[in-house]
Amino acid sequence: MVENNFLTDIQLDVLREIGNIGAGHAAASMSALMNKKIDMRVPIVTIVPFVDVLEWVGGLDRPVAGMMIHISGDLPGTIYFMLNIDEDETLVRCMTDRPKVQLVDNGKPDRFGVSLFKETDNILAASYFTALADFTGLQLQPSVPYLQIDMAGAILSHSLIEVSQMTDHALIIDTAISYSGGDNPVRGGFLFLPHPDAFSTLFQSVGIEEDG
Amino acid sequence: MGDGKLVKVGIADLKIVKSPDRIKTSGLGSCIGVVLYDLSKQVAGLAHIMLPDSSLARQANKNEYKYADTAIDKLIEKLCSNGARKYALKAKLAGGAQMFEFASNHDLIRIGARNVQAVQKKLSEHNIIPEAMDVGGNCGRTIEFDPATGTLTIRTVYEGESII
Repeated sequence: MVENNFLTDIQLDVLREIGNIGAGHAAASMSALMNKKIDMRVPIVTIVPFVDVLEWVGGLDRPVAGMMIHISGDLPGTIYFMLNIDEDETLVRCMTDRPKVQLVDNGKPDRFGVSLFKETDNILAASYFTALADFTGLQLQPSVPYLQIDMAGAILSHSLIEVSQMTDHALIIDTAISYSGGDNPVRGGFLFLPHPDAFSTLFQSVGIEEDG
Repeated sequence: MGDGKLVKVGIADLKIVKSPDRIKTSGLGSCIGVVLYDLSKQVAGLAHIMLPDSSLARQANKNEYKYADTAIDKLIEKLCSNGARKYALKAKLAGGAQMFEFASNHDLIRIGARNVQAVQKKLSEHNIIPEAMDVGGNCGRTIEFDPATGTLTIRTVYEGESII
């Protein structure tokens, strides 16, 4: 197992490229769905201690719509796609041409809005996943996507708990895709958290040694 | 709310405050926030615990603040060295939710509920019965404790604010 805190430059480059390819495909899907030009930020690969990780995602109790896909197979890990609630509403409204769709109605999740949201985010997260599987050539199985609208910290800590038995750090590959035209910008963040056991498989799949 | 500072506790972290300061942790999902306090000394400690049992650890230098069993021992030790009296300690808990409905990674099923059980078991070993708790369900919680009054304020996205 690679110690999280000692990644070489080339390893970091590989991880950035993974973020690039995954989010690039998702951005293309989002562009097709919205019929709009979509921008993508250069991926940030970072190793964050648990104590800071939730601050790092922009406030632990920030309410977000979060979609999670578990990956099993050669490269276990978790992919999240997270948006602020109002941004997610903009995304779904743009896509469906239904300007009144809501995600939260009277303090409760709106069933129709949530169902549309699930479908949209499923397409985006699946694009990311497919690109990851193609790029690495590994056998990966996605779970069904799980949706939760709640505090960012509560959603993300689910995956931190999974790796917390062996580490106090999370490796996060963070890529944002955004639509900045119109009055309401949409910025969605992909977070890919590979399981620490998967690092060597990941690096070998793209032809570099575990120790760089 | 007075002149005190608000001390923030991160995930797998633990801190102590004295009145007039207050202590807070955010975004508890399956994790559990354990507050122990001595009301007449106005001192309180908060641990943001991730896992039930340190025997689950698969690393050499385990973080004692991460596990219910080791974190609670540490919390009591730190409180007592900050003027709290062990016999006077009271507890309040929040968290231990199940954020996603599914059964994939089998040893992590119901981790929230297991965290709650582990905390209660460890507290009872120290003869502490929780005064109040808000645990389980499927929502995230942010909690804030005031050692001057002994109140724990709990905030959620859908249900607003409650005090225990």
